[in-house]
Amino acid sequence: MARIHLDGVAHSYLAAPQGPQDFAVKRLDHVWEDGGAYALLGPSGCGKTTLLNIISGLITPSQGHLLFDGADVTALPTAARNIAQVFQFPVIYDTMTVGENLAFPLRNRHVAGAEVAKRVAEVAQMLDLAPILKKKARGLTADVKQKISLGRGLVRPDVAAILFDEPLTVIDPHLKWMLRSKLKELHRQLKLTMIYVTHDQTEALTFADKVVVMYEGEVVQIGTPEELFERPAHTFVGYFIGSPGMNVAPVQVEGNRARLANLEAGGQQISLGRAYPGIAAGARTELGIRPEYVRIGRNGAGLSARVVKVDDVGRYRIVRVDIAGHIFNAITAEEARIDGDRVNVLLDPANIHIYADSRRVEGEPSRAGAA
Amino acid sequence: MDKSWNNKGWFMVLPVLLLVAFNAIVPLMTVVNYSVQETFGDNVFFFHGVGWFEDVMHSERFHDALGRQLAFTGIILLIQVPLGVAIALAMPRKGVWVSVCLVLMALPLLIPWNVVGAIWNILSLPDIGLLGHWLRDLGFDYNYTRHPFDAWFTLILMDVWHWTSLVVLLAYAGLISIPDAYYQAAKIDGASRLAVFRYIQLPKMKRVLTIAILLRFMDSFMIYTEPAVLTGGGPGNSTTLLSIDLVKIALGQFDLGPAAAMSIIYFLIVLFLSWIFYTLMMRNEAQS
Amino acid sequence: MKRLTWLVPALYILFLMVPIYWLVNMSFKTTNEILGAFTLWPENFTFDNYAKIFTDPTWYNGYLNSIIYVTINTVISVTAALPAAYAFSRYRFVGDKHLFFWLLTNRMAPPAVFALPFFQLYSAIGLFDTHIAVALSHCLFNIPLAVWILEGFMSGVPKEIDETAYVDGYSFPKFFAKIFMPLIASGIGVTAFFCFMFSWVELLLAKTLTSVAAKPIAAVMTRTASTSGYELGLLAAAGALTIIPGAVVIYFVRNYIAKGFALGRV
Repeated sequence: MARIHLDGVAHSYLAAPQGPQDFAVKRLDHVWEDGGAYALLGPSGCGKTTLLNIISGLITPSQGHLLFDGADVTALPTAARNIAQVFQFPVIYDTMTVGENLAFPLRNRHVAGAEVAKRVAEVAQMLDLAPILKKKARGLTADVKQKISLGRGLVRPDVAAILFDEPLTVIDPHLKWMLRSKLKELHRQLKLTMIYVTHDQTEALTFADKVVVMYEGEVVQIGTPEELFERPAHTFVGYFIGSPGMNVAPVQVEGNRARLANLEAGGQQISLGRAYPGIAAGARTELGIRPEYVRIGRNGAGLSARVVKVDDVGRYRIVRVDIAGHIFNAITAEEARIDGDRVNVLLDPANIHIYADSRRVEGEPSRAGAA
Repeated sequence: MDKSWNNKGWFMVLPVLLLVAFNAIVPLMTVVNYSVQETFGDNVFFFHGVGWFEDVMHSERFHDALGRQLAFTGIILLIQVPLGVAIALAMPRKGVWVSVCLVLMALPLLIPWNVVGAIWNILSLPDIGLLGHWLRDLGFDYNYTRHPFDAWFTLILMDVWHWTSLVVLLAYAGLISIPDAYYQAAKIDGASRLAVFRYIQLPKMKRVLTIAILLRFMDSFMIYTEPAVLTGGGPGNSTTLLSIDLVKIALGQFDLGPAAAMSIIYFLIVLFLSWIFYTLMMRNEAQS
Repeated sequence: MKRLTWLVPALYILFLMVPIYWLVNMSFKTTNEILGAFTLWPENFTFDNYAKIFTDPTWYNGYLNSIIYVTINTVISVTAALPAAYAFSRYRFVGDKHLFFWLLTNRMAPPAVFALPFFQLYSAIGLFDTHIAVALSHCLFNIPLAVWILEGFMSGVPKEIDETAYVDGYSFPKFFAKIFMPLIASGIGVTAFFCFMFSWVELLLAKTLTSVAAKPIAAVMTRTASTSGYELGLLAAAGALTIIPGAVVIYFVRNYIAKGFALGRV
């Protein structure tokens, strides 16, 4: 078991990094609790694979320390770290049978034959590989091969954490959910620390107890799927999670009201749920609200908007509206009627978030009657 | 690829068919013709049956040449394949040196074969050649024009110099096609260097290695120019390999019958052994 | 230990370069110096050997002849191989597998077997001592190679692209020229490289089929060595010059060398 602590870890692939933009992973301090199921979510190139490779030891970080249960392992080679990694495509030893594949890590560590057989049988049982132990690993399907890769990690009794680098990429879609459930089941059973890297929010949100969202080398938010959805700490998180993502528009904030940028002074104002007195001058302020909380109404209240497009997604509809030059998505019920191309849009104040320089500002409860 | 049945394919293949058939079938027919005929000159031929074939198969000269050829091919395969693989394993995978290495290594492959022979001829001249001079300085009584062993030594060294790069390039291409993840997984599995070679690199290189071995076998079995320029088949006939012997008989002595019979037997040997390799290769591909 | 692995390719390259250095070294010496003394660097540095080659028609025509027939052969081989490779890649037709295998067997044909028959054949059709004769004769082994390599590259292009082009209204020639060939450009490059290589280095057939008019440099060299005594310096200079076209070609395709071999089709 392992509590993995990243202490001031940062990494640059360049020999002499000049500034933050040269770092693939920017300075971060984070603890992965023992036995937790984490997802590391982010778009391609955000640094998540780099971070994973730092944890597994395939990369030595340019800065900072890595501690497993308090012991500094930064200089330890991969083989000594008690971690297992499953890669994007199945990595198996073609010339061996399934059983020999599973036994390989143990044989390399000179484990006694009887013990090897026992562990292999146990792991094969866990992963439903028992019937094919004697088959050559070469001709099997991708999902079985990934299970073998995973099995090689589980077979080591001392393995403390398992790292997954987008493991379902080459799996057929209808088999993905089976593997995902198997992974969750294994996590409940074995209580190992599991870190699952992906760019697919569905995978992340269904697998993990806690999700770490990365963007451009930085960790922008860590939280449960609910927290990520309801209170995105960064505009990127809001935009990346949910389908469609959060609406973001530049605004000017005064107290507990906001005005969409390029709306005339004195024009339509948006009521906010909280007050934001302390925003630094010169910061780029934005408003974020999820389409689920954008209501389309017709009875005069709310902001005036022009309907751009209506998409029927089946259970609900996505209505794209233009509010004074800013595009917003709204989700409405299937039966809602949209007449003509002018509607009124209500933004639910309780679910409006304000961001300064892309980061969420907490604000304070607004006093009733404040102007 | 899902191919569609289309006999129009024959039209597209026609130019190739004509060019190759012209060069292959017509001469071969001539050869077959000569192999079963005897002449007393004046262009009068009469049927001789399998007489020439019997002569060749029983001739000690042919057996000697064949024996030398098999020895030569065997030796160079045993040297070039492991050496080529070892060099490929030691080469850098990334960076600016990769291009430099590949270009320099490919150079011997593009030198006209007679120049290769000439280079080694000049290099090995006993007193004025670099190699000859050094070997004699070291105390060896080296003279490739007089001593059969020295001739063989030089011949093999020349072929290794000439063709090992082909094995290196092929093996290297096979090696760099292995994704990094395999090496990473091997690290995590705690595999030793030897295990990495045995279970990851060698299996993934199997296909290119088969091609390399096939090519080296074929080309070394057919070798003519380099040894001809280097030793002319000598001293005596100690380095007279099959092709050299054949050309001597055909173009030198104009013994059409025996030359033709020997040609056919020669060709069949090469075909047969190559076919075995080819089948093994195709079967291997089908498996993976 | 790992630090020293670079020694292996370094030593090997050194081994490869020494004979070439020796050749170049000799080419700048006079025959007297070569035969008289053993020097690692020319004592009397001379350009005489090269001057002779550049001024004597017999010599420089040798180079021209070689380049001419090699180029002709490369053009013929690649041009003929393109449609054939396409057919092998996309279509099934009667006898296609056997035809493909038969083509490959020609790569395995010992040139020695064909020397005499070619001599008689090309003389019979009046093409003896022409560039086209050598170019055509090299087709024997270059065309199968070209078809083999090109088919490999073409099979890497999905058939859907062809079908889309037809749906879009392209005629076959237009599709082939404008869409298909750019996609396999590196394959064509690799193929041309190997055709050039195997034609440039081949001596036996080139020598057998020529006498004066189309005499390749290889024949000029071998005749010189035997007839006018051992003009080693001249021979060395001639040899050194033959390395240059090869080096130039390698330089141009250096980025494709690994990729082309990786096709594993050589």
